[in-house]
Amino acid sequence: MRLDRELTCAQLVEVITDYLEGALAPVDVERVEEHLVFCDGCTTYLEQMRATVAMAGRLRAEDIPPELQERLLGTFREWRRL
Amino acid sequence: MEPGERRLIEALRAGDESAFMTLTGEYGPMMLRVALMYVSTRAVAEEVVQEAWIGVLKGIGRFEGRSSLKTWIFRILTNTAKTRAQREGRSVPFSALASGEADGEAVDPDRFLGDGERFAGHWGAPPRRWGPEERLVSAEAQQVNDASIERLPPAQAAVITMRDVEGLDAEEVCNALDLTETNQRVLLHRARSKVRQALEEYMQ
Repeated sequence: MRLDRELTCAQLVEVITDYLEGALAPVDVERVEEHLVFCDGCTTYLEQMRATVAMAGRLRAEDIPPELQERLLGTFREWRRL
Repeated sequence: MEPGERRLIEALRAGDESAFMTLTGEYGPMMLRVALMYVSTRAVAEEVVQEAWIGVLKGIGRFEGRSSLKTWIFRILTNTAKTRAQREGRSVPFSALASGEADGEAVDPDRFLGDGERFAGHWGAPPRRWGPEERLVSAEAQQVNDASIERLPPAQAAVITMRDVEGLDAEEVCNALDLTETNQRVLLHRARSKVRQALEEYMQ
């Protein structure tokens, strides 16, 4: 193993968003993927980051506070009268 | 322009109340969250959102669809919020706010092997796989996810909400919040890392 010349896990978790966002240089993508091949911890970590993103996407957007919606509607009606 | 969006814009121009309610219902909560990055209280943030909608209504007649309606609305919102923050004497440039939130580690450094160890920088306490899928999709897990987003510093909360909850792309968020690509990514990274951490604690 050439660990000293490869990404450590501590480094990988800091570049994981760049990796997921497609913002890494091809050479660094290779380094990440090589690391993932032999590292279960980081593979799990990557899965969890993906799951985290997916979960946020399933969040039901919160409702707008009713009194704000009411105020906005007032604004809208006023605008319409102009 | 997408046909659904065109219809919505035309309805709004025609003074259709339900189109307006749909739009404010859909974007209102996210607008509040973004406004909170710039101003100090919820009450002022609500005023900012209201002012922004006045701007939207005034401008809708001239809106040409060079950007999506969403991006356009959010640009009006951030401009309104910035002006308001300046008036409040609380003019924190967003870049400063963003860089102040850029520090920190994705994972507790104690979970990696220390310098003296043979595999320094590698997992000492690796994450364990999250159990059955059912638990991850449970309402309770969703709540943990939601609560941890709520607890994030304002710029991180805004970025993760726009990107991961609402599904805007990176460019839209950079445009709306006046962020560089790098800044946007750093904030997203900090935010996602913390939410993952919260989920890990829950799943264990």
